[in-house]
Amino acid sequence: MSDAALTPPRQRGALSHIGYVLRSNPVTMVAFGLLGLILFVGVFGPAIAPYDPLASNAANALQPPSAAHWFGTDNLGRDVFSRVLVATRLDLIISVAAVALSFVIGSVLGALAGYYGGIADKVVSRALDTIMAFPLFVLAMGIVAAMGNTIENIIYATAIINVPFYARVVRAEVNIRRDAGFAQAAKLSGNTDWRVLALHIFPNALPPLMVQVSLNMGWAILNAAGLSFIGLGVRPPTPEWGIMVAEGAQYIVSGEWWLALFPGLALMLAVFTFNLLGDGLRDMVDPRMRT
Amino acid sequence: MAAPGRLKVIGSRLLQAIPVVIGVIIVTFILTRALPGDPAVYFAGTIADEESIQEVREALGLDKSMPEQFFYYVGDLLRGDLGTSLMTGLPVAEELGRRLPASLELTLVALIISCAVAIPLGILAATRPNSLADHACRVLVTAGVSLPTFFTGLVLIYVFYYVLGWAPPPLGRLDFIFLEPPRVTGFFLIDSVLAGDWETFWGAAKQLVLPAVTLALFTLAPIARMTRAAMLQSLSSDYIRTARAAGLNGRTILYGYAFHNAMLPVVTTLGMVFSFTLGANVLVEKVFAWPGIGSFAVDALVASDYAAVQGFVFVMAILFVALNLAIDILYTLIDPRIGFDAA
Repeated sequence: MSDAALTPPRQRGALSHIGYVLRSNPVTMVAFGLLGLILFVGVFGPAIAPYDPLASNAANALQPPSAAHWFGTDNLGRDVFSRVLVATRLDLIISVAAVALSFVIGSVLGALAGYYGGIADKVVSRALDTIMAFPLFVLAMGIVAAMGNTIENIIYATAIINVPFYARVVRAEVNIRRDAGFAQAAKLSGNTDWRVLALHIFPNALPPLMVQVSLNMGWAILNAAGLSFIGLGVRPPTPEWGIMVAEGAQYIVSGEWWLALFPGLALMLAVFTFNLLGDGLRDMVDPRMRT
Repeated sequence: MAAPGRLKVIGSRLLQAIPVVIGVIIVTFILTRALPGDPAVYFAGTIADEESIQEVREALGLDKSMPEQFFYYVGDLLRGDLGTSLMTGLPVAEELGRRLPASLELTLVALIISCAVAIPLGILAATRPNSLADHACRVLVTAGVSLPTFFTGLVLIYVFYYVLGWAPPPLGRLDFIFLEPPRVTGFFLIDSVLAGDWETFWGAAKQLVLPAVTLALFTLAPIARMTRAAMLQSLSSDYIRTARAAGLNGRTILYGYAFHNAMLPVVTTLGMVFSFTLGANVLVEKVFAWPGIGSFAVDALVASDYAAVQGFVFVMAILFVALNLAIDILYTLIDPRIGFDAA
């Protein structure tokens, strides 16, 4: 591998490096723009939605997209555009909560395993291998089935299946630094193990973790939407992308495409944004990983 | 050459699978016992009275201690007993066994399609950087992983069934005008050929195309990405430079040397792709009313048929462990170095 050729000049500092990568990769800038849009809709969705997402109107059911209803209306006459906008918040909450949980649990487990090694490492690694031995979506289904069919359990299930990804990154990053010079120096100056681990070693794992978070967000959204598509978690009147696609599915074969298309596109756009962002962040953090 | 070393590697790989299987059994055991409230109430069904709940509790061994219950559970699994499905009243193992070929047929056809497209695309993208193929590959790789399978499936149904009318209605493995071929393997494509019934073969193939393409679109991305990356790395290595310097022709270098070495990471990626495919299978089966174990599990979930769901999770995990094992063994067969290193 020709690492030297791919590595941009680093001596001008991190900010200029980020600027360099952004300039050379306008796609990442687009991704940041899309992220802004999604966050905006997530926060202000209910305020900017033109109609009440739950108000049904039987006289106006199954209308194709028009000036009044940009995305058409569904089988109960509800405005699909408003429902797609309002759903953004719930989908973001589920995936952000799940990713945050797996980030925290994965970091703690990975740091302990990487720092202490030995028994702790063996137990953690074995447990992670066991989780990874399941097809992950199937395991999530089983967890939701066992713990009960609620939105919180969708979050827990999505968090559990994502823990191994974080834990493995942190374990590797911590493990290579546990005997590094700066860690030993910190210990010699009287810091406790915990302090060295949390304040001196762990921060080094943050850049690759951020990449993982971004790549993981997309997959967490897909996963949560998939679970609600098969009827888990979110209950019918609540607007959520996965369940909206599921509700629209039965109208596809009779030609009412807008019911499923728009929430599906919204879902795709969100996942696409986080994946682009993840790829872009990875280029910044580790140019060698670029594919 | 080095056959004993290789056998040893395969043997040790088989041994490594044992703790994983034990882990899987522990997790599924916890899942069956973690049901909210009293599992006996669930397994007895909604109309059960106090007496039949007590009966179920004893039948399931729920009145025993946890370790005892675990041994009973393992014993049941060893006898192939996954409990009884509430929906159908039949043993879960039998239900899953009957539906498994449908799922496997779908998954395997999808993987064949996606390998047939993704590997050449990855090679093209790697050999001609910044060409049209390279850009196509990049777009596909990023877009492919963003596609929710259930959504792509619906779009394909709309375009190819509703608008163009090319595809048959998305209602299962075979149109009702055909009779199921006599069961040999359970794969309709193979069974109908064995029976010499080409009409049924085409009928089954038509039903299979859309769901298989849906799944394939989902798995294209990781395979194409890995093929491209592995080919790039392999093409920039010293032995390729040597081969070029020695004057070997481009074809020999590309396929004989570069591709052979690039296959290893691709085969490893296939293991991860299987995990995604088995999960995505559930969604695709639901969209296309495909009578596989995935849609059975979804129905079971909706009906709170827990034994069926947990049986499904267990079977999927075992299937996945077995597939990974097969891939690792394949790996040792492709890569002659492994026998020496690890032994």
